[in-house]
Amino acid sequence: MKVFLMYKDHDFDVQQELPWNEPELTQDLELDTLFNAMALGDYYLQDAVKKVIFAGLKDGQDSILYRQSILKDCLKNPVIVRNLYKIAEDAMETKQKNHWGWLLENSNPAYVMSVSVGALQMFVGSMKQLRALADEHADKFESDGFKTLFAMIKKELDAPYFTLIQNHLRRLEFHHGILIGAELGRGNEGTNYILRKPLDKKLNLMQRLFTKKSPVYSFRIETRDEGGSKALEELRNKGIKSAVNAVAQSADHIDSFFSMLRFELGFYVGCLNLHEQLMKISEPASFPEPAAVNERQHAFSGLYDICLALTVKRKVVSNDVNADKKDLVIITGANQGGKSTFLRSIGLSQMMMQCGMFTPAETFTANVCDGLFTHFKREEDITMESGKLDEELKRTSRIVDRLTLNSMVLFNESFAATNEREGSEIARQITMGLVEKGIKVFFVTHQYEFAHGLYDRKMVNAIFLRADREADGTRTYKLSTGEPLQTSYGEDLYKRIFVSEKT
Amino acid sequence: MTFESILFNKTVEGANEVSSEAPAFFVDLNLNQIIDAITADRDIYNLQPFFYTPLHSEDAIQYRHENMQELKNENLMAAIKSFAENMVVIRRYLALSEKLIYKNFKEGWFLEAAKLYCETISSLVHDLSLMDLNSRGFLAFRDYLTKYTGTDSFTGLVTDTKKLSADFSVVKYSLHINGLTVRVRKYEGETDFSVEVEQSFEKFKQGTVKDYRTKLRELSDVNDVEARILDFVAKLYPEIFAGLDSFYEQHNHFVNETISVFDREVQFYVAYLEFISKFKPAGLNFCYPQISSVSKEVNDSEGFDLALANKLISEGSSVVYNDFYLKDKERIFVVSGPNQGGKTTFARMFGQLHYLASLGCPVPGKEARLFLSDNLFTHFEKMEDIKDLRGKLQDDLVRMHEILGQATPNSIIIINEILTSTTLQDAIFLSKKVIEKIIGLDLLCVWVTFVEELSTCNEKTVSMVSTVNPENPAVSIFKVIRKPADGLSYAIAIAEKHHLTYKSLQERIKS
Repeated sequence: MKVFLMYKDHDFDVQQELPWNEPELTQDLELDTLFNAMALGDYYLQDAVKKVIFAGLKDGQDSILYRQSILKDCLKNPVIVRNLYKIAEDAMETKQKNHWGWLLENSNPAYVMSVSVGALQMFVGSMKQLRALADEHADKFESDGFKTLFAMIKKELDAPYFTLIQNHLRRLEFHHGILIGAELGRGNEGTNYILRKPLDKKLNLMQRLFTKKSPVYSFRIETRDEGGSKALEELRNKGIKSAVNAVAQSADHIDSFFSMLRFELGFYVGCLNLHEQLMKISEPASFPEPAAVNERQHAFSGLYDICLALTVKRKVVSNDVNADKKDLVIITGANQGGKSTFLRSIGLSQMMMQCGMFTPAETFTANVCDGLFTHFKREEDITMESGKLDEELKRTSRIVDRLTLNSMVLFNESFAATNEREGSEIARQITMGLVEKGIKVFFVTHQYEFAHGLYDRKMVNAIFLRADREADGTRTYKLSTGEPLQTSYGEDLYKRIFVSEKT
Repeated sequence: MTFESILFNKTVEGANEVSSEAPAFFVDLNLNQIIDAITADRDIYNLQPFFYTPLHSEDAIQYRHENMQELKNENLMAAIKSFAENMVVIRRYLALSEKLIYKNFKEGWFLEAAKLYCETISSLVHDLSLMDLNSRGFLAFRDYLTKYTGTDSFTGLVTDTKKLSADFSVVKYSLHINGLTVRVRKYEGETDFSVEVEQSFEKFKQGTVKDYRTKLRELSDVNDVEARILDFVAKLYPEIFAGLDSFYEQHNHFVNETISVFDREVQFYVAYLEFISKFKPAGLNFCYPQISSVSKEVNDSEGFDLALANKLISEGSSVVYNDFYLKDKERIFVVSGPNQGGKTTFARMFGQLHYLASLGCPVPGKEARLFLSDNLFTHFEKMEDIKDLRGKLQDDLVRMHEILGQATPNSIIIINEILTSTTLQDAIFLSKKVIEKIIGLDLLCVWVTFVEELSTCNEKTVSMVSTVNPENPAVSIFKVIRKPADGLSYAIAIAEKHHLTYKSLQERIKS
């Protein structure tokens, strides 16, 4: 029984670690805003969407398209999907409420046994619910993922199966004592204790007639002998241990099926939540077209910073850019002209596309990348300038350690913690070093010498974007292609802040 | 060839007495940290005395070098390790058997110990026989062991153990527990219920889950109920248990004493080699030094303070190493320079190298020539007595006087920042007086001092200077060298430091 709503042929690895630069990505792209909008305060969902979205950075085109069609099914049948999610959620929460999730490694086997049998009985109920939902709604779903899931539920969870399980569970209550097989191990201590199923009564009678009777020795513990009855209980525990393992593992397996169902569906429920909020503020959400990892595509219209839109709760400025066949995108221009917002929207849309979500744009196409890195200027940290540059380079070096050839790196005003000449030289060497390896680089910079130096090279694989301003100094927050200009309009900012000091 | 000890070549060294107390200089040189780290987790062997007892002849050291180098043979090391692990278990089984009061269990654990002992000795002999051994120690040990396994007492033990084990392997019984009643009888072919349960839930398998089998631990103390059951099992299989009784009578005290001693002593090598092996991944080298009790031309390349390196490596920091050499008439390193920690480290390193070499151990460095001294003296500044300046200066001189009284031309003296509790004038005067005596003795010495004048006062002195790397103030240990380093230009140098120039990037990012 497999859920397989994330990948066609394997489970989502819930245990996988978040990428090492998860804190940087979260901070730089303001991902918490996105996660919160998807989870709506539900910690479980928050964790699920976070894991799936980060894991997307390792996935390819296939899983993106696979999930897109599942997500389309969800958008068509939101109520049924939420009900399905609720079955899994209820099962897991009932389990927790009864403390079934907290079996310690050296818990008493008898206790583990009774807990596991209890859990299995509860799961039987949830399985029956699953079966009923599949019977009623399976035909409304078109995606491969859902069709396979429902077909499997119908095939595996039938009436004879439910009967078999219930018989086992009854036998495990041990109303007629317990039969244990054993051998002598090290130091003549009993070992290889195995719970045995007593021979069928009839067969037992036949055996009595035809086999030579082996001697039986027996003894009885005194009722008041506490040590003795404790020892007996230990022995009983050793005996049921082999079965406890089977029963507890069975409970764990079913548990992990529901847990996987909850996790994988949780991601789609998060998408449903997000979609509803975007519709409320009339922001577009479109399914992107992922291109292969070794291609270089990046073209979009109406791309907006989804976290900004979610924060201000209204439509925000969007950008149209065609950067197909480009490895390098340099963004220059006005302070507070929307450069960082644009850079964030690049990172966010990439992550959303890669995990199979819709993207915050009218249309969106980009190649899949196999690593996403952000290198944003950090204001805080160290006071000494030399220390700061050192810190920035240390961060860069950590990124370089993990770079793969189809990675994407977003630099935001990096290497400005020294004079422009030196900073530009460092930025140039690093950028060229990456781009020539085919790594896609987006670089927001104020450093004229760096930006213009690259512009003069007339590289076919580079595009230059500029944050514009109107003649009167007001910002449009829209980017257009253009040659890097000498000033970043810091004077405007200065004027606004220091206006009283000007004559 | 007779075999007595893998640590001491008794034909040369005579009866060796080991010291149970650490030498006086252990704390100053941080050797206590090193030895503690080496012997950690090996308390049962009580190895410290071996590490507290330096050797005094080149041949005794050579004997250990041979044995230690022999252990570079991975097969030998693996054989010794599994031998040692088994010996630990054997001793534990025997202790358990001794303690138990239930006869059938007592004899059961005794048999267990004997079984493992036979396997252990046989496989060690077999493993050794396949090896091309060269060291005197291991060759003699192999001879000894081969003879031992041919003795009647050992072969008899093997035969009896095998027979009993085979007998016991057929014992299979069933317990029926209902309420407080226990029935014991032979096994009659009932099926395993857990397998059935497992099969019916198999379809839900989602990958690995907790294994409740291994985690539900078996309680190893046997109790009265188990003893009664075992007595019934003995009744079900009377001949087998009678055999066990007579085995227990016959084979008391089966562990050989010489092998026991070897088991302990060989851990000296194993512990040391295991300890130094963790430095190799960090690019730090160890070497077998050339040892001389005559020539004072010592040197070491890429040496390091082993105690400090041990600490840094566990923190994941890098270790700076140092080179040194003394040639011709040079005897004394005068170490001065910026006060950032490299100087004391250098002095300790020099002392550690010589002490470890005198134990017959490989030492930090790529290549080394070291002097086998008759004694090592340290005089390190102590922090106490800040108020009583005169007292401290006096203490320094008293201590120095003691050392110079005991030292011979074959001793080593390591001095760290003494005579600081006075004026510079005084310090220069006193230092010069002391160094004259040291020069007169012609002994090897490292002297860390702010009195730079000492470094040029005689042909026997060599100046060493600690350096600070201005580009990298984060690293707190620095090289001690004969010449100062040059500075570098700024921003690109930092980029170079992080390997982020265009050129380095081309190399770092793999196509």
